[in-house]
Amino acid sequence: MNATIPNANSVIGQPLSRVDGPDKVRGSARYAAEFDIPDLAHAALVHSTVAAGRIESIDTARAAAAPGVLCVVTHENAPRLPYKEMKTRPPVDPQSGEQLHVFQGAEILFNGQPVAVVVARTQEQAEHAASLVAVTYATNGQATDFDAAEPERPAKATEEGGRPAEAGRGDADGALAKAPVSVDVRYSHPREFHAAIEPHVTIAEWEGDRLTLHDKTQWVNNTANEIAHVFGMEQDAVRVISPFVGGAFGSSLRTWPHVTIAAVAARAANRPVRLELTRRELFGSIGFRPRTDQHLMLGADRDGRLRALIHEACGETSVYEEYAETTVKPSLSTYACDDARTSYRLRRLNTNTPCPMRGPGTVTGVFGLECAMDELAVALAMDPVELRLRNHADRDQAKGLPWSSKELKACYATAAERFGWHRRTPAPRSMRDGDLLIGWGMATAVYHANRSAASASATLHPDGSVVVRSAASDMGPGTYTSMTQVAADTLGLPRERIRFELGDTAMPSAPVHGGSITMASVGNAVAAACRALQDKLGELATCARQGPFAGVSTDDIAAHDGGIGRREPPYRVVAYEALLKQHNLTYLEATATSTPGSEIEDYSSSAFGAVFVEVVVDPDLGTVRVPRMVGAYDVGRVVNPKVARSQCLGGMVQGLGMALLEQGEWDPRFGKVMNANLAEYLVPVCADVRELDVTFVPGSDTNFNPLGAKGLAEIAICGVAPAIANAVYHATGRRIRDLPITPEKLLLEAAALTPVR
Amino acid sequence: MTPFAYTVVRDVNAALAHAGQAANAAFIAGGTDLIQLMQERVAAPDTLLFIGNLPLRRIAADHEGLHIGALARLADVADDALVREEAPLVVQALLETASPQVRRMATIGGNLLQRTRCLYFRDATTPCNKRQPGSGCSALGGQNRLNAVLGGSDHCIAAHASDLATALTALDASVVLEGAGGERSVPIADFYRLPEDRPDRETVLKPGELITEVKIPTAPAGRRSCFLKIRDRASFEWALASCAVALDLEDGVVSGARVVAGGVATVPWRLEQVERVIVGRAPDRAAAEAAGALAAEGAVGHGHDDFKIALIRKTVTRALLQAGGVA
Repeated sequence: MNATIPNANSVIGQPLSRVDGPDKVRGSARYAAEFDIPDLAHAALVHSTVAAGRIESIDTARAAAAPGVLCVVTHENAPRLPYKEMKTRPPVDPQSGEQLHVFQGAEILFNGQPVAVVVARTQEQAEHAASLVAVTYATNGQATDFDAAEPERPAKATEEGGRPAEAGRGDADGALAKAPVSVDVRYSHPREFHAAIEPHVTIAEWEGDRLTLHDKTQWVNNTANEIAHVFGMEQDAVRVISPFVGGAFGSSLRTWPHVTIAAVAARAANRPVRLELTRRELFGSIGFRPRTDQHLMLGADRDGRLRALIHEACGETSVYEEYAETTVKPSLSTYACDDARTSYRLRRLNTNTPCPMRGPGTVTGVFGLECAMDELAVALAMDPVELRLRNHADRDQAKGLPWSSKELKACYATAAERFGWHRRTPAPRSMRDGDLLIGWGMATAVYHANRSAASASATLHPDGSVVVRSAASDMGPGTYTSMTQVAADTLGLPRERIRFELGDTAMPSAPVHGGSITMASVGNAVAAACRALQDKLGELATCARQGPFAGVSTDDIAAHDGGIGRREPPYRVVAYEALLKQHNLTYLEATATSTPGSEIEDYSSSAFGAVFVEVVVDPDLGTVRVPRMVGAYDVGRVVNPKVARSQCLGGMVQGLGMALLEQGEWDPRFGKVMNANLAEYLVPVCADVRELDVTFVPGSDTNFNPLGAKGLAEIAICGVAPAIANAVYHATGRRIRDLPITPEKLLLEAAALTPVR
Repeated sequence: MTPFAYTVVRDVNAALAHAGQAANAAFIAGGTDLIQLMQERVAAPDTLLFIGNLPLRRIAADHEGLHIGALARLADVADDALVREEAPLVVQALLETASPQVRRMATIGGNLLQRTRCLYFRDATTPCNKRQPGSGCSALGGQNRLNAVLGGSDHCIAAHASDLATALTALDASVVLEGAGGERSVPIADFYRLPEDRPDRETVLKPGELITEVKIPTAPAGRRSCFLKIRDRASFEWALASCAVALDLEDGVVSGARVVAGGVATVPWRLEQVERVIVGRAPDRAAAEAAGALAAEGAVGHGHDDFKIALIRKTVTRALLQAGGVA
């Protein structure tokens, strides 16, 4: 059958409000913690208070005797779990090392490691009883000092997972030595946390050997797979349900130990159990953006052409797993440079394992690279935008491939114009507002675009509505809304007749809701499922003995808005539901899978952006405020500009937090982050966020996928922190290379500053 | 949370009687701090006495000055026309405190008794002399960016957290306390105790005593004041450094001054050496800078909080300039 006759009322590209908005506002959107399950019991955890050693004794008698307690599980009475090795580890898991095996032994690997779970009738009873568990430890040498830990090469499996110890092309060191202008700079950022509003929670319910999990997850299929391996079950014996996620930013990609604990507790208590992590527990249980130190060396000709680029980074990981990031990877593809190399190392600490956090690796690598480029621009006395244009990468030199699309130059031009960049005076401390210093800075944003195989189903009902399903996730970007738009356009139906459902392993499988791949992956699957439904309807229509298409070849019919008709006028369109009725069907369902094609061999794909910011620095007090940010982004086709803009606003705010506020305050004596709450781990509040301006430059990347969308989530945080840091330099003449840029960093060396007055 | 009994008390006498009977009772009104402390197992009272319904919300003025009931909500006090007129410094401090939501719950008395934000006090798994006397001070040698550079001891360097207390100290306010032994009035400057070797004892409140009122003496004509709070983010955060200034001006010259630092000390920190320099001078830039330069006298840094020594000088200078109408 032919493709749809162009839809006159296309909703792709329209700024639709979130279709799930009313449910969220009314409180009827059900999050993992909120499923009301009969006989639900509640769990509370007991954690190690030492960083390394062994449990010497664990006394649960008082806890077991406390009111309401149903059971207490420790390593002494927990079932032995098989923790079967997966044939292929999912990309969200570290490729080397072994995940934490909960309650399988006395060994303590980090402060905060769960050592017992208490199940009781109420949450309060469980928490109180947990406080009565008495544990003694034998400690041994702990590795909790980042600076003292030895940098180590990533393991082979990690390298094969795209995090090589060394990579590059040409002779970077030789070229650097010969370059007439160079910079050699070190940057760092501390441990950062996702700080999502919804705490992680799992409700586990056994029915015989079948397990149902209501879980906060960005990937229901993987949660089922992982838990099946932990317990030695068939994957289809585990059902995972996760219709709504209250923000995750990468913290729900993996299946964390608390999910296993919930299932262990439910089996021990012989009833469904809910385990919700407290805010303090979240800081030690679900990963974090690892502290990373970076060293960049750039060499250039006097005209600004990059001659050498060296980027070295070292991040932290746990002693039991090797979580590695792609920190240095953007340096091999963001700018044109024939001689470039990278190096990546890890330091192993007694801590829980880090994990991806929005823009993992890239956002931190781009921070180092974009600040170093700013330093190079200063060394060259060149406008920072001009420096970037002179080094524009027309191809991806890392892969040796052309870009599937690239509108980065349009991003620079658009954002610069909207910002008023031409009014910038280049000298540091040259822009003032009374006694306050004004700084303008900019940075490039990049985030690679990927897509994975995804499946979806489309089911037509007699009332003419279509339910589309895929086991995808919506942690906030608007998956429900954008998929509704794709389905509506493909079927030529008003969006009110589409219902998109996600977050259940009973649905056709979807890839991870991370890495900005959902639109490009699930979006194409939804379109494919809708076309498959149209094909089935076309076959129904043409194989009928009666009706307008009896005996007509499927080549001569086409999908029209809301129905099937002839390809040429007179169309004689018959509505979908009429065909259903005509054939006495109660429903008609089609399923389809969309997979990446040869485009990944022919092209390299990436989202691009340019971020310009203004900062105001009080030189006496060291405070930095950000009155405005302007971002222009090339994300391919924008399915919904309203939710897309929201994504970018959120990324800007999160980038502001990264630049100025966020830091896990690690105490190596205890091996613990001390500011483990939202009062002292600071994220921006409304008063920090002023004028934010977002533009999407025109583009549609159909080389990358049929829908033309490149993905949008990570790109929105990339580039923000370096733009702010560069603006702080422009304001003050001070280069703060260690994030966050807090008042003390501007104050403590203030003596070296020329007074403003 | 540890199990506790919960009693709603009807009047002040009942509150005092109940408090006298229970071994480990705590009064609760807004609960914005106590609930956090109980959730984190930093506090574990066996009885909570809910005093939120007691008739202690009145705001009134008489010949002595302003009277603010201890159970008045921060938001109501900040909105009150009388307080705006008589004590704008209090309004300024309150509007810089917490968030609108918290200010609608939190009470004046509770705010004065909020506990420190020291990271180790709030994490029940680490040693802390304030939480567990004799266990040691983890902030010394630890993450002490938020801690006190003034008024600390070898036992404790926890910073006092209340913006309101800082402002009230600059206004020579008193707190009225009621207990089994009757009513007494304590100048706020004498209300808080230095940590010394007993950082767990933070105030002169006796067991079972209740704050019923805050009294603010009438300000002389020509009073100018300013509350300045410096913090990492623009709102909803405790002070890295703050300064409350009350200047009495006669013919453009400072005739009396109260300058109090917050966020940098273990108690609201009166800066008499600063006051002495500014009194007798016009509050101009030179005077403010000369006075502010003395603000960190006696300050001791502990590593991460070293910057507060520089910051407090700048903060006090700026606050003096703002109070004097220069900045």
